[in-house]
Parts: sequence; C-alpha cells; structure tokens
Amino acid sequence: MDFKDYYEIIGVTKDASQTDIKRAYKKLARKYHPDVSKEAKAEERFKELGEAYEVLKDPEKRAAYDQLGENWKAGQDFNPPPNWDAGFEFNGGGFTGGDDADYSDFFESLFGRDFGSAGRGGQHHRAYNARGEDHHAKVMIDIEDAYNGASRSITLQSPELDNTGHVINKQRTLNVKIPKGVKQGQRIRLSGQGSAGMGGAPAGDLYLVIEFTPHSMYRVEGHDVYLDLPLSPWEAALGATVKVPTPGGTVDLKIAQDTPGGRKLRLKARGIPAKTPGDFYVTTQITLPPADNDKAQALYKEMQQELSYNPRSALGV
Amino acid sequence: MNKHIILKGTLLDEQTELSLNDLCCACSRSAEWIIELVEEGALEPVEQQPMAQLQSQWRFTADSLKRARTAMRLQRDLKINMAGIALALNLLEEIETLDERLRRYELTDED
Repeated sequence: MDFKDYYEIIGVTKDASQTDIKRAYKKLARKYHPDVSKEAKAEERFKELGEAYEVLKDPEKRAAYDQLGENWKAGQDFNPPPNWDAGFEFNGGGFTGGDDADYSDFFESLFGRDFGSAGRGGQHHRAYNARGEDHHAKVMIDIEDAYNGASRSITLQSPELDNTGHVINKQRTLNVKIPKGVKQGQRIRLSGQGSAGMGGAPAGDLYLVIEFTPHSMYRVEGHDVYLDLPLSPWEAALGATVKVPTPGGTVDLKIAQDTPGGRKLRLKARGIPAKTPGDFYVTTQITLPPADNDKAQALYKEMQQELSYNPRSALGV
Repeated sequence: MNKHIILKGTLLDEQTELSLNDLCCACSRSAEWIIELVEEGALEPVEQQPMAQLQSQWRFTADSLKRARTAMRLQRDLKINMAGIALALNLLEEIETLDERLRRYELTDED
C-alpha cells in the first residue's frame, strides 16, 4: 500500500490554515468534478481530493495524519504503525463522506472502512417510501456491440448490512442483453434489479449507462461513426474503388478522380443501426509513399519534371 | 446463481418517457427536489395536453434523467444551489454542443 500525501493532493503546504485548505479543495473540486472536467483522470483525481479533504478538513484527523506523515513521502510503501491513532477522538466513526465507499486502502487502513454506510444510509433513507434504492452502473461496450447487439456480464458490488449491522460489499453477477443500436451515454433500465425493498415494497431498479471503449480506428458521435481513411496519391488522383472497414463489415467505396485529403465522404445508414440509423463518415487522408529507394526517387523526380505543379500557387508564391 | 439467464432491460431512447417518481427514485431524491429543478428551469417535462398540469402526470425524456443525475452530483459534491445547478447544466450542455461543432469543423473541409 502506498503512502498518500494529502497536502500534495490538495496542493497546499503542511502549515496551511483550515481556510486555505478549504479554498484550495473547493477550487480543485470544481476543476476535477467528473461532470465538469474533460480530463481523462478527472474521476480518479476527484476521489483522491475528496479523500484528502476528508482528512485535512477535520483538525483531529489532520493532527493524527500529521503525526504519522512526517517521515513519509507519497508513493512509499506504507503500513500503519500499531496504535498510531491512540489519543485521537475520531477513532471508530464520525465520517461525513459522500455516498461512495470508494476510499483508498491507505485511507481505510487509517480511518476504518465502516463509515461508508453511515454516509450512505443517512443521506438516502429520508426517502418517502420503502421502495428499494435504484442503482447505477457503467457498462463498457465495443462499437461492434452497438451494431450487432451483445450480452455483457456485469459484476456489481452493493454494500449491504450483515446481521451485526456491519457493511459488507456483496457481489453479484448479472448477464445483460445490450440491444442493437445503443448510443454513448444511453441508459438501460432493469426493473427490480436494484436494492431490495423494505416491508414488502418493490425492489429498486438498476440503470446501466452505456459507454463505448475507445476504438483505435472509429470515433462515435451519437449514431454516426467516423473513420480516417488513408489513400495513396494515385488512388486519390486517378480515382479508385477501395475497401473500407466498418464495424458492420468491409464495404467497397468509390473514390472520385482528384479527391483531396480531408474530404468527408458519407456512407448513408452505415453508422449505428437504430430506428433512424446513423451514417458512416470517411475522411480521406493522403499518405506519401517514402522515397527510400532509387526507384521511388526516380518516380518522384519524373513527376517533378513532368507535372508543372505548384502546391503553393494559392499563396501567391 | 442466475448465470444462464440473460436479462433484457428497457433501452431509454428518445421515445422513452419517465415519470416524476422514476426521476425521484433514480436520483434518490424527493419529488419536491425534482419539482424545484423544474421550477428553476433546469428540467422540463415533455409538453402535453393542458390537462396534464398535474405534477403526478409529468413525463420526462431520458435526457432529463441524465440532467437530474448530474444535478444531484453537483449539489452533493460541490454544494451548488438550485440556481447554480440550472446555470451549470446549461453551460455544460453548451460546452458539449460547441465541442461537437468544433470536432465537425476539424473534420470537414469544404462540404
């Protein structure tokens, strides 16, 4: 387990005041909030921030952490010394965290792991009936799955109370059909697959949010799919029929004579199939054969001599 | 346990409509909270006949669910108030639209 430098995470020095910590945290929280930030690791950073703030905003926890942290650097292998928290009052509770039991091992080894339930229960159980809670989970699919439909096995962890009132993470696996034609960000609702209801009330629902795993060739926007298509100079110049991969299978595409690079060609209804199917867009990209042998060089030289072509004529030079 | 059963859910597409209660449950929030979002203009029920002024008959698009969930997280994590949430949701949507346009411009040349 790695030691975490909570001061470094929030970006303050060890002698920062509580006001400074609060201000620095709020600024970064707005920056890295997963709903706001476009950065790839925003969610991770946001959780880390929340954890750091959970400790540093509380003078008791901060003092205990300071005492522990003096000789440690971020990333160092860490095990808490025995009785490290003796004499501090937070032991065994007092957590105010959000509804994720998503703190790091480092945090849990210091401050325990039972608190997740307190936050969770406290916030949600002011519900107006005893219907089970809805659950939300992300499901990653490939673009091909949106064309063909697929089934996905999803493992969910849901915190539940055991007989002694402690929270345990229960795992269950569901096999779910992903229908053909789903879009990024769309949801699938599975009725009754959320938490069990209380007192005979119905169970909650499970919502799955569809996300595409990034593809090395295709980009998806709504139901439309985009591909950069490399062409040789002679294919682009003379025109050709070339093979184009699509998630639905390879198709033949006719390239007109004198097709420039960056031309967008549309293959109607070859995008993600739906009631109104998406389109498949090809952006041409002219690639240059390398002049790395005598023959290639001779050919380029011949073109230079035979074609009076100035690519910069529009620039007036 | 149910290894061999393949569950088939409902795809919440553009045609799907959700009730006020659906949104409440999906966000673990009260009906009053959703109504407040509607009053703030952060959510809009689908236009219906004038008789459907009753909140219990409101219908929402699947996109409203996404907005309501975002609102819930913004309030929980950043302690933003309702007016701030409504503003943030609009700005986020605008950024998304602009991003899409930018990508389209980067892709297209003359056509």
